[in-house]
Amino acid sequence: MKIIQKIEGEQIKADRANFNVGDTVKVHTRVREGDKDRVQIFAGVVISRASRGVNEKFTVRRISYGEGVERVFPLHSPRIEKIEVERTGKVRRSKLYYLRGRKGKEATNVKEDLVAKAASKAAKVPAKA
Amino acid sequence: MSIGILGQKIGMTRVYDGTGVITPVTVILAEPNSVLQVKGQEKEGYTSVQLGAFDTTEKRVSKPEAGHFKKAGATPKKFVREFRTNGDEAKVGDQITVTRFQAGQLVDVIGISKGKGFQGVMKKHNFAGQGAAHGSKTHRRNGAIGERSTPGRIYKNHGMPGHMGDERVTVQNLRVVQVREADNVLLVSGAVPGAAGSYVVVRTAIKGQPKVVQVQDSKPQNPMKASKAKK
Repeated sequence: MKIIQKIEGEQIKADRANFNVGDTVKVHTRVREGDKDRVQIFAGVVISRASRGVNEKFTVRRISYGEGVERVFPLHSPRIEKIEVERTGKVRRSKLYYLRGRKGKEATNVKEDLVAKAASKAAKVPAKA
Repeated sequence: MSIGILGQKIGMTRVYDGTGVITPVTVILAEPNSVLQVKGQEKEGYTSVQLGAFDTTEKRVSKPEAGHFKKAGATPKKFVREFRTNGDEAKVGDQITVTRFQAGQLVDVIGISKGKGFQGVMKKHNFAGQGAAHGSKTHRRNGAIGERSTPGRIYKNHGMPGHMGDERVTVQNLRVVQVREADNVLLVSGAVPGAAGSYVVVRTAIKGQPKVVQVQDSKPQNPMKASKAKK
């Protein structure tokens, strides 16, 4: 079993796990067009994180031209360039499937986690200085 | 025909390739195999190489077996198999490692499938069974198994309930995804017969090898012009 853990461990990207359910994120994915690589951004709210280890995946939901769109990304895929956290959300569920039934302004409305925001800001400031 | 390798199924996982495509793989541990015996045309009447894998103690093998291992200068092995060869490809005392295989190559994997016990025809032979409702009183039986007085017998190989699994199964043309020399591990695309921990034989695929795509000169050739040029 240790061999499997080793093989999986090599593929896990440790810097990927810095977001939570409820966060508004921008996912940069590499898309192959012909023989050129292009970075595509998918921005939205993380409504789920599931599975463990290399199999971990997350779902991002956004409203695009009035239509709800969800994309599931494998967390450790080499196709994902980076995941930017735009806004940290304050949620009480691990899965935000209730957003699916919502319409209009409410649809992507997740409370902002001000405490986490302040903490990340405080962490960033000394890093810059 | 070439020598394969003896290994152990460890389990399954998934790997990403460079472009982000996920492949489900079976992890096969194959520590260096010892060549125990080389059989030749003169003495045995056919050519083959006998490999042994997975060390055990002398206590665990019979005396004739122990002598056989001793003769080859190897420690007693739990798993011994023979591979037919075309000539002498190895000699006694050689070590066969996973480096015999390359990533991208096709292999056959032979194992003992998981035992399923006594099973009915629906699970064992994919029969359709009978209706579940509408007053049907038979549900998972085999139904009719033959005709009347002609032929007056049941055809051979007719599917019947019985023991299922725990038999030798070969899966052909699995792609080698990675060869991890440091770990003595092969990653083979897809599933392999048997439970995790069971012994398997990995050999070069006897049927197919992947077609190598040869990029040819893209200029179209006109056979009429070619014949003219000769004149």
